[in-house]
Amino acid sequence: MDQTQSKVKEFLSRFFKNHDLKPEEDIFALGFVNSLLAMQLVAFVEKEFGIQVGDEDLDLDNFRSIQAISSLVARKSGAGAPASA
Amino acid sequence: MKLELTLEQRAFRAEARAFVAAEIAPHAGRWDREEAIPADLIAKLRARGDLGSLIAPEWGGRGRDMITYGLLTEEIGRGCSSVRSLLTVHDMVAHATQRFGTKEARERFLPALARGEILGALALSEPNAGSDIGGIETTAVQDGDGWILQGRKKWTTFGQIAGLYLVFAKADSKPAAFLLERDTPGLTVTPLHGITGTRASLLAELTIDGCRVPASHLVGKVGLGISFVANYTLEQGRYSVAWGAVGLLQACLDACLEYTAGREQGGKLLAEHQLIQAMLTDMIVNARAARLLCLRAGWLRESRDPAAAAETMAAKYFAAVKASRAANDAVQIHGANGCTEEYPVGRYLRDSKVLEIIEGSTQIQQINIPRFVFPEL
Repeated sequence: MDQTQSKVKEFLSRFFKNHDLKPEEDIFALGFVNSLLAMQLVAFVEKEFGIQVGDEDLDLDNFRSIQAISSLVARKSGAGAPASA
Repeated sequence: MKLELTLEQRAFRAEARAFVAAEIAPHAGRWDREEAIPADLIAKLRARGDLGSLIAPEWGGRGRDMITYGLLTEEIGRGCSSVRSLLTVHDMVAHATQRFGTKEARERFLPALARGEILGALALSEPNAGSDIGGIETTAVQDGDGWILQGRKKWTTFGQIAGLYLVFAKADSKPAAFLLERDTPGLTVTPLHGITGTRASLLAELTIDGCRVPASHLVGKVGLGISFVANYTLEQGRYSVAWGAVGLLQACLDACLEYTAGREQGGKLLAEHQLIQAMLTDMIVNARAARLLCLRAGWLRESRDPAAAAETMAAKYFAAVKASRAANDAVQIHGANGCTEEYPVGRYLRDSKVLEIIEGSTQIQQINIPRFVFPEL
């Protein structure tokens, strides 16, 4: 798990206490959270990684798992792979 | 966190307070009876830039920070909850259009919204869908390069005079949001009268019968109408209502301090009776606590912190509940006088009930708040 994934996991873990969230797990399917989390995730990604989530990126699939969010961050950061810095 | 206002914010609040004291508070009772705020008041808000608070300067708005915006909302809410509700719904439409609107929609509507040339209104609630926003029945069907909207909306605040509606609908069972212009063929606006509170907020029912909107009026993607657009828009509304509730709470306190300092019962001023003091104490402390929650939510929103959504919900919940309690006590303190139009507290009580219903009822907040994470806990 790279640093981006670790940061995403740390943030999401607040919502999934007592559950070791796996990178590929669908957080919306786990049932602990609802759509109220979606905009919080956008705010988290924009603030934590200094990127702007544009209209084209506003898709639940981009926020569905640690892996998906990390991939989005990598794309928006201009890197080809999830950032590890 | 530094819980202090800047000099500029203090000056802004003082100016807003003077404006409200001169132009809004003295007339709010009459507007309530007439069930309308006058066009000349809207013109004054327009001239002050108060209808473009949240719109970026590049679109002609003021781009005010969240704290300054909150201070304005408190002051206006202190004078008249109906005027405050105009800002609430107009700003929600502007906020959503700015964030999710297409390039064409931003260019077409944001400058006009910022100048207040058109007023925005939120068309979310329906006869059969209030708290359950997922249960909306209005439909959107793709038609060539546009959409056909069909359905009914109810409790549309300032729907009577709005020029642009943010309409939520189901497109092939998926939630979506659209901008609907007032002059669209098929749209019928019917005034609603006899509302308990915020009576001057020109509520309307919208009958949307085959209204066609271009593709550029879609706000956000189909399927994200609730998860992104509605939640983002309602968070803004909650923030506005929370500050408005602080204003109403403060207005209750102001009225009670004046009344209890001038009326004697049992040989001493009301303010010297201990049971009255208990109610005044609750108002004072709750107003301060609600204001602090709003400030905290504002600072988090300003810094785009993901915790802002939860804190905004907490602020709205607390402020609305305590405003309702304060208004109830304010009428009690005023006794029979509080039940007449001679004093404003009866209006405050009616308005406060609305605060506990709009932008997520008190019970919806009680369901959602425990699901959020508050870092300090």
